[in-house]
Amino acid sequence: MSAMPDTAAAPAQSTPLLSVRDLHTWFELRQWGFLRVGSVRAVDGVSFDLARGESVAFVGESGCGKSSLARTLLGLYRPTSGDVVFDGHHLSELAGKDMQWYRASVGYVQQDPYGALPPFMDVRRILAEPLRIHGVTDRQEQERRIRQVLDEVRLGPAEAVLEKFPHMLSGGQQQRVVIARALVLEPSMIIADEPVSMLDASVRVEILNLLRRIQTERELTLAFITHDLSTVRHYADRIFVMYAGRVVEQAPVSELLDHPQHPYTQALLAAIADVDAANAQHQREVPLGEPPSLLHPPPGCRFHPRCPQAMAGTCDVDDPPVFEPRPGHQSACWLHR
Amino acid sequence: MVEKTLLSVENLQLHYQTRRGIARAVDGVSFDIRANEALVVLGESGCGKSSLAKALLRVLPRNVHRFSGRIMLGETDIMNLGQEAFRRDVQWTRIAMVMQAAMNALNPVVRVGEQVAEPLRVHLGWSRQRSLERVAKTFELVGVSTDFLQRYPFELSGGMRQRVVLAMALVTEPELVILDEPTSALDVLTQASIMNVLKRIKQEQGTSFMLITHDVATSSEIADRVALMYAGQVVEVADAGDFFHQPAHPYSQMLMASVPRLRQEDEPAHIPGQPPDLIDVPEGCRFADRCPSRFQRCDREPEPFRVSARRHVRCWLHAPDATGGGDS
Repeated sequence: MSAMPDTAAAPAQSTPLLSVRDLHTWFELRQWGFLRVGSVRAVDGVSFDLARGESVAFVGESGCGKSSLARTLLGLYRPTSGDVVFDGHHLSELAGKDMQWYRASVGYVQQDPYGALPPFMDVRRILAEPLRIHGVTDRQEQERRIRQVLDEVRLGPAEAVLEKFPHMLSGGQQQRVVIARALVLEPSMIIADEPVSMLDASVRVEILNLLRRIQTERELTLAFITHDLSTVRHYADRIFVMYAGRVVEQAPVSELLDHPQHPYTQALLAAIADVDAANAQHQREVPLGEPPSLLHPPPGCRFHPRCPQAMAGTCDVDDPPVFEPRPGHQSACWLHR
Repeated sequence: MVEKTLLSVENLQLHYQTRRGIARAVDGVSFDIRANEALVVLGESGCGKSSLAKALLRVLPRNVHRFSGRIMLGETDIMNLGQEAFRRDVQWTRIAMVMQAAMNALNPVVRVGEQVAEPLRVHLGWSRQRSLERVAKTFELVGVSTDFLQRYPFELSGGMRQRVVLAMALVTEPELVILDEPTSALDVLTQASIMNVLKRIKQEQGTSFMLITHDVATSSEIADRVALMYAGQVVEVADAGDFFHQPAHPYSQMLMASVPRLRQEDEPAHIPGQPPDLIDVPEGCRFADRCPSRFQRCDREPEPFRVSARRHVRCWLHAPDATGGGDS
């Protein structure tokens, strides 16, 4: 898939906050440290725009490149090629002070809250650290902002948590601290990588509601990455479905869930059960095989070896371009030709 | 469906001695599993569901403070079996288990075929040749190509490793297979195909399953019965249809309302508060602090009241003399 057309990629608004064009993040594989054996194409030609105040979900299975995409957007991986433009600034040109500005503008919520928090720092220090690094050295100002953000993530009263170390908090509370840390520098965008996959079912909903509320109140752009399609309906405006390093389908949430166009999305949705005792009575349809190796992806459409509707001579030869089978709904599949 | 009871557990207790005090991980649990039935044990982390599984298979840590109750497997009182008899006649021969994250615990330097053959050689004393023939059959059953017998774990994907671990539990043809979170680390499509395998085996082999999970949606893929655990106790046990569509215990109702649904507009609601510490459980009903229907009686501990022939609910609202409570 090449660049997504600019029209309808985002709700009609002024300039997008984040604009990604033909992004590739490849990792070079070497044998014995010097022999080049090839590249793992984790992100392989992804383009999209995110508007200010928009909440989007990137959905896909493990190894589809969604976390690599997140880490590239965060500036933790250097893209192999392609362009990331944030608020008019090219990510590749940022350095020094500008990079620091970028890091303050984009918050990161990690998957495993316990692993993301330094065990030897109490909550006050965890939240003061980013402020200090970004030049807020006044103790009173730090304390004021820490309390404000703790209140925002509903971790009050502040006295009860400020002195605590991560291991003294429950999983849900830890994730609130991680979110507070991502918010304390007042970013304009948050990237959340599987923010609830390590949490219990009842706590999940609580954290997702919290993220959604903060996103609306602060008019943040929220990109959240997940493998769990069943949670996205209430927490995102748009969905991007990724497969083998590429975005195969994108549309507004209910449009995509109610009218999936790409055969991969259809398979994914068919595999997800909504609770019903009748589920136990029948076999679920699952496409054969497994996602392809990102080292040697198949030619043509990457889903064709597993696709029940694959057309020989087309799908196994040519990369499908992006079609728009329904208004505002894009799908990279030859079936829409 | 055959009405024969395969496993009957009565008032099971498993308490651990810890530095802070006694943790009551399993505290008075009773349930039955009938032949060719799948019981799902649902619960959030720390509710004691994994301890329950370990108690059944007697895979216990050293700090057990109390282990009591009655466990009948068919006609055998397995609670009173000696250690050697239990290992020989029950472990893996009649009850097998897929431990949590077992697929990551395969020995990296032994071919998977050999690893799956191990229960046959250790528990049944079979020869290597005979064991490997059975392993090949079991591989076909779980949908792994027999070419994989000679492979090492690192050569297999996560879904394939999970099937291998499943084969290890099925290879001795046990009557009951306990699965502890068998799909929680897997992708959606892989999860669905593993659940397909379990359904097929249940149908074709007549195996009984006890599936332990926190994932309500996945549990509905196989459940005939559901037991919901909270703070070391089963708070409700019922047929799957009744449990999923008309939950009776307030905790069951709140849990079902917290499940996000792909095809429904209702927004999921979270359960406020946190489960109690198993070392310092409150007197009275253990869910009372989080319960919207709490009333005076809840200060005393409810017993599992029999609401109907197939449903028990540990809640005062469902006590036989409760007014306006029992709804079946």
